[in-house]
Amino acid sequence: MSTISSSSGLQVGNGPGRPRRASPTTRVSTFLYSRPGLILLLLLGPPMAWMLIVYLGSLSALLVNSFFSLDGYTGLVVRHFTLATYRDLFTRSNFEIVQRTAGMAAAVTITAAILAFPLSLYIAQFASRRAKSILYLAVLLPLWSSYLVRVYAWKLILAKEGIISWFFGVLHLKGLLDWLLNLPVIGGPSLSVSNLGIFIVFVYVWLPYMILPIQAALERVPKSLLEASGDLGAKPIQTFRHVILPLAFPGVVAGSIFSFSLTLGDFIVPTALGNSSYFIGQAVLSHQGTSGNIPLAAAFTMIPIVIMIFYLIAAKRLGAFEAL
Amino acid sequence: MSETQVPAVRFSGVSRHFGEIKAVDGVSLDIQDGEFFTMLGPSGSGKTTCLRLIAGFDRPTSGTILLHGQDVGRLPPYERDVNTVFQDYALFPHMTVGENVAYGLMIERVPKVERQKRVVEMLELVRLSGMYGRKPSQLSGGQRQRVALARALIKHPRVLLLDEPLGALDLKLRQQMQIELKVIQQRVGITFIYVTHDQEEALAMSDRLAVFNLGKIEQVGSPAEIYEHPATPFVAGFVGVSNLISGETARTITGTTDTFSIRPEKIHLVDPGAEVPYGMYAADGSVRDVVYLGLYTRYLVELEQGGDLVVVQQNLNTTSMDVLAARGRKVRLLWQHDHNRLLKDI
Amino acid sequence: MNEFRDRSPFLVKYGAVAALLFLHLPVLIIILYAFTTDEATFSFPPPGLTARWFGVAWARRDFWEALTLSLRVAGVATLTALILGTLAAAAVYRSDFFGKESISVLLVLPLALPGIVTGIALRSALGLMEIPFSFWTIVIGHATFCVVVVYNNVLARFRRLGHSQIEASMDLGANAFQTFRHILLPSLATALLAGGMLAFALSFDEVIVTTFTAGQQSTLPIWIFSQLTRPRDRPVTNVVAVFVIVITFIPILLAHRLTQQDNS
Repeated sequence: MSTISSSSGLQVGNGPGRPRRASPTTRVSTFLYSRPGLILLLLLGPPMAWMLIVYLGSLSALLVNSFFSLDGYTGLVVRHFTLATYRDLFTRSNFEIVQRTAGMAAAVTITAAILAFPLSLYIAQFASRRAKSILYLAVLLPLWSSYLVRVYAWKLILAKEGIISWFFGVLHLKGLLDWLLNLPVIGGPSLSVSNLGIFIVFVYVWLPYMILPIQAALERVPKSLLEASGDLGAKPIQTFRHVILPLAFPGVVAGSIFSFSLTLGDFIVPTALGNSSYFIGQAVLSHQGTSGNIPLAAAFTMIPIVIMIFYLIAAKRLGAFEAL
Repeated sequence: MSETQVPAVRFSGVSRHFGEIKAVDGVSLDIQDGEFFTMLGPSGSGKTTCLRLIAGFDRPTSGTILLHGQDVGRLPPYERDVNTVFQDYALFPHMTVGENVAYGLMIERVPKVERQKRVVEMLELVRLSGMYGRKPSQLSGGQRQRVALARALIKHPRVLLLDEPLGALDLKLRQQMQIELKVIQQRVGITFIYVTHDQEEALAMSDRLAVFNLGKIEQVGSPAEIYEHPATPFVAGFVGVSNLISGETARTITGTTDTFSIRPEKIHLVDPGAEVPYGMYAADGSVRDVVYLGLYTRYLVELEQGGDLVVVQQNLNTTSMDVLAARGRKVRLLWQHDHNRLLKDI
Repeated sequence: MNEFRDRSPFLVKYGAVAALLFLHLPVLIIILYAFTTDEATFSFPPPGLTARWFGVAWARRDFWEALTLSLRVAGVATLTALILGTLAAAAVYRSDFFGKESISVLLVLPLALPGIVTGIALRSALGLMEIPFSFWTIVIGHATFCVVVVYNNVLARFRRLGHSQIEASMDLGANAFQTFRHILLPSLATALLAGGMLAFALSFDEVIVTTFTAGQQSTLPIWIFSQLTRPRDRPVTNVVAVFVIVITFIPILLAHRLTQQDNS
């Protein structure tokens, strides 16, 4: 039998437990070991307390605030339940804001989907394995650069004297540009201060969020399906319409959820490139700012939330989440 | 020596329930000091759960567990004088072999020089000298298994637990390791508690074994006892080949309808109509299938009265050609009364 | 017949290239503009190239104040997120409890809901409880949406670890704290690093929630945003823009590398 004792003087015990001086950490550890509930509390407690108090608490404060109102004379929030603030949303100018924002969100979503499709299709079905990972990274890369800076970049690009202008000039299409800028609703003094400009930038910043889900959905279409369609006599365009498009649909819906909800709530892009006609985000920001009309700001915020809830329900009904 | 020794491990009415599921159901068991004890059974029979209860990774729903006479129910694993060799080895990937093996000593604050000396000794014991600086990712399965063993043994626990340690190794390596483990156990003299579903392994290595089924122990005994005298149909079927006959067929052979079991190697194959010697049972049938296995041949004989019996015979004089010709032939089976086992249904 | 598979149609290929150019040119253009000699406008082509705006930006006091504030906020928010995220991941990994699945949902909500919702919600709470704006109001907002980033990384790492290493450590005599120090921490190190860097980049770049919780203070993104709507010092803004791209890009790239390494 080999020797057992160690030079620290401890003999391997005569009992089942090792007779050693239990250090304080060991004692705490043993205390906790037989109390898994306590361990869970200690681990989960701090993060949950934070989320519940800070986040969910704020969300309820938001909801509560939307049922308060602002006293026009004192400029103070009246903490008394009322639906007056929600009623204010339906004034002509406020309603216009909602329409404008929703319209922009829809236009951006549709355009982004169309623009994203070729690239997503290419990555999913036509790229070699190596090209695929490079291209995937290429789509992610813009997301790694600061969002704000990318918006700022477009201010440069769309400026009256900027690169787009120069480009149109080179092509002798200055007239076309001026005609665009003179159109009602979407036009403006320059591209960088117009709804058209806002539209372009929104499509730009949300494009990766549209490309990735569509690519993921198309990734799941087995190549054999496309071959089979061709074998059965379908021209490429027909294969596209009847095979690819339906299978890509869940991805399109997933992407549209991002672009729609992000556009509904954004105030950065409209402020940077817009004029005085407000979008929902700007309305929220301005109401909670100097006028301190938090109740109205809160009520406005409810709109994107409610719209998105309906959108998500509709998407679920259409089966968009089954593939995920 | 003559006084009753305190058992190394004693289970008294231990149960472990997971909601509705009774993984371990009222198990009582004594494991003696210094023995190589195996817990054998199919997956889900409760044997691994029992091992984990001894180690301290789990606590029983009811019952007590005594290690060398003391109740360890509430003790965490690091307070028990027990070490484990895990099924997936559980080596620490960011440490070298030497650091892995030394881990337990490092925690105990054994000085570095002494640590190193003991690690080298241990690596020699498991025949891994020279692997001190390697990382686990650089080792083969068999080598990792030995590191896990060295790591567990270095603390000289009074009980070593082994959870299906040879499962991932190929046959030849497994057989070799079985011998090595047995040698090591005898050399260090500590209690080994071994879990496996491989009944051959259990028979080969154990001093005693317990057969588990559905959370209960069906039989405890030495390998020979379990094999020769299975107590229940399950044990008879699980350990060794299942040759169970009951009902009408049983009555024509033994005179009662009770279930009996007979080991395949105890049956003699003779020509039909041969004389039945005194003290032997006989059954007639025809050879339905033959498998030539080099060392021996396995026959599946379909009995005239219904049912099958598996017969195994060493190929002393037969060749593969003879064997294949046996298919379809009518035969008579003979075996001794003593070798016949009547079984109680549990 | 199989043209679809063998060779991508004209439309697909050119559409893909167009999308890629659309995605990447703007960033390249702004890097170009950081070097323009034109002080007043964004004229293209740039009349000349110079690097002197970097020096001008370097000397600007308000830039440094904004930068310092951003760094401090990101630092504290990341630290908070590291602690809370790791605790949550550990809890979810080791125990089964009622409502376990909803933890992930709860933690991702601040990022999943539009920033404006989180922003105005925090603003409402601050208003309701009459808490003034301060460094800490910014940090609280940032930490809240940074937690999930750390949580996901650490949880994924925990799952790859498996239970048996932890059990083996305790079996060999280590109590919970020693096991954490010798076994868990080395394994989690890369996940903590990756999660931390992502959280840092997220916090550094954030502008929407910050606008609602900062009051009069300016983080670097808020500073840039104010430049957007009051265009003076254009060249300096361009330089700062490039600087911000680099500062947010590098941690994310490193985090990406780390997780790729972990996965292989």
